[in-house]
Amino acid sequence: MKIMVCPLNGPRNITEFVCGGDVKAVPDPAACSDAEWTDYLFIEDNIAGEVDEWWLHTPSNTWFIARRNTLTDEILATMTVADYFDSKRSAADAVAGAGGAA
Amino acid sequence: MPLALLKHGLSSGRVEPPHLRWQPDLKRTYDVVIIGAGGHGLATAYYLATRHGITNIAVLDRGWLAGGNTARNTTIVRANYLTPEGVAFYKESVELFRGLSTELDINIMYSERGHFTLAHTDAAIRTARWRAEVNKHMGVDSELIDAAEVARLCPVLNTSDEVHYPILGALYHPPGAIARHDAVAWGYAKEAMARGVEVHPATEVTGILVEGGRVRGVETSRGTIHADKVVQAVAGSSSRVAKLAGLRLPIKSIPLQACVSEPVKPILDQIVVSGSLHVYISQSARGEMVMGGVTDPYGLYQTRSTLDFKEGLMAHMLELFPFMADLRVLRQWAGTADMTPDFSPVMGLTPIDNYFIDSGWGTWGFKATPVCGLRMAECIATGRQPEMLKPFLLDRFRTFDLVGEKGAASVGH
Repeated sequence: MKIMVCPLNGPRNITEFVCGGDVKAVPDPAACSDAEWTDYLFIEDNIAGEVDEWWLHTPSNTWFIARRNTLTDEILATMTVADYFDSKRSAADAVAGAGGAA
Repeated sequence: MPLALLKHGLSSGRVEPPHLRWQPDLKRTYDVVIIGAGGHGLATAYYLATRHGITNIAVLDRGWLAGGNTARNTTIVRANYLTPEGVAFYKESVELFRGLSTELDINIMYSERGHFTLAHTDAAIRTARWRAEVNKHMGVDSELIDAAEVARLCPVLNTSDEVHYPILGALYHPPGAIARHDAVAWGYAKEAMARGVEVHPATEVTGILVEGGRVRGVETSRGTIHADKVVQAVAGSSSRVAKLAGLRLPIKSIPLQACVSEPVKPILDQIVVSGSLHVYISQSARGEMVMGGVTDPYGLYQTRSTLDFKEGLMAHMLELFPFMADLRVLRQWAGTADMTPDFSPVMGLTPIDNYFIDSGWGTWGFKATPVCGLRMAECIATGRQPEMLKPFLLDRFRTFDLVGEKGAASVGH
C-alpha cells in the first residue's frame, strides 16, 4: 500500500485520501470572460512531472497540499494549506524584491 | 494445410510474404501526417485512402505499431450508451466492426457475446432503464431484464441474494462483443499500406509547426516534415502532443489497470459489467478471464500495476463468480487513459487550421476505432466537422454543451 503523509494525521494509506485536482488561481467570476471561466472549470494543464495538488484526508476531512511527480508516482512533499500559500507568497515577494533591486 | 505448415516449419527461408510494406525513408512532404500509429490513427489513414483517395500519408509513432492503448484495452465493443449523440456514434462503430474482418481481409475474431450491465441498487436500475429506452429509440438492441432473466441467460453468475450486493436486474445488450484488438490495428495498417500509406515507427514528433494560425508540418526525431494537414491520435499523450501545437485540453491522464487469469476451458460466454461493484469481465477466445475495473484514484503518466487494484477487483469479482477463487492472475498491465469531464471524446477541428484532434478516449477508445477513423477521415478530407462528430468538438466546453456519458462509459460511478 502506498503511504501519504497527512500534515495533521501523519503517514496513512493512500486509500484514505482523495485527490482534489491542481492548485490553480480562481478567476473572479464577476470580472472574467466566459472563456476564462470555462477554462478554469474544464481545462487541465495535465503536467507530466511535478504538480501541486489539493488532497483530502477523508476520515478527518482535512484538506492540504501535496507535491507529486506524475511521471515517477512519487509523493515529494505534503504541507498545510497555510504553509503552502505562505511559501508561495514569500517566493513571490522575493522575486518582486529581486526585480526591484535590478 | 498441416503438411504445408510442417514444410514451412522445417524450411529456413521466408515462408510468407510480409503483410506490411515498410517504407524506410521519410519524405519531406506529405498531404497528411497522422501522429500515432495506434488503431485510431491507422483507421483514419485507411479511410482517407479508401473513401477519399488520399494516400500521400505518413503515420508516425514514437514507439511501434499499435503498442499503446490499442494493445492495452480489454477489447469490448458495444453501443449501449446513455446520450443520443453517444449511442448514434457507437452504433455506427458496432456496424463497422461486424464487417471489418471482410473489409480488412484479416480475422479480427469478432465475437458477439451479449453484454450485461448488472444493477444492484434502485439507482442503477433507473440508469439501466434510461439507457435501455434511449438505446431502443436509437435502434440499438438493449433491454432491462430482471434477476431471474439474468440467471437464465448467464447461469454461471452468482445470482443468489446471500451476498453483500444482490443482483436486482441488468441492462442486457445482445450485440455486445469482443474482438482481437491487435488484429484490428494490423488490418488497418496492412490495407492502408497496400494503398501507399507510410507507417513510420520509432519516429517521435518533437514539435508542431504552426504559422499564422495554420499548421505547416511537424518536427520529428528524423527531421522536419511539411504537411498540409496534421492529425494527433495519441491516447495517453494527448495533452503533451497538443501542447506542442499550443493547445490546452480538458483532459487528465489517469492509469486504467487490467489483468487476465490463466486460461481455462470456456465457462463464461457473456461480458459482465457491474457499475456498482466497479468490475467487468469476459472470457477471451483462448480462455483467459479478462478483467478490469475503475481508473486509478489520481492522475499519473505511468503504467505500473498495483496490488490495491487487484484486491479491490477480486473482492467483488468473487461475489459474482465464486469459482474465480481457484484461478490465478497470469498477466497485469495498465494504460494511460485520457479522462474528460463528461466521459466523452474530443474529436475533429481545433482552433488551428488544418490541425485535427482525436483524443479524450478515456476508457472507451477501442470500441470506437472504426467509426472514429471513418468520421475523422471525413473531417480531414472535407475540412468540415461531420454531423456525427459535432457533439464532440473541443469547443463544447466553452459553451457548456457537454455530452454526459459517465453513467454508461465507466464502471466508476
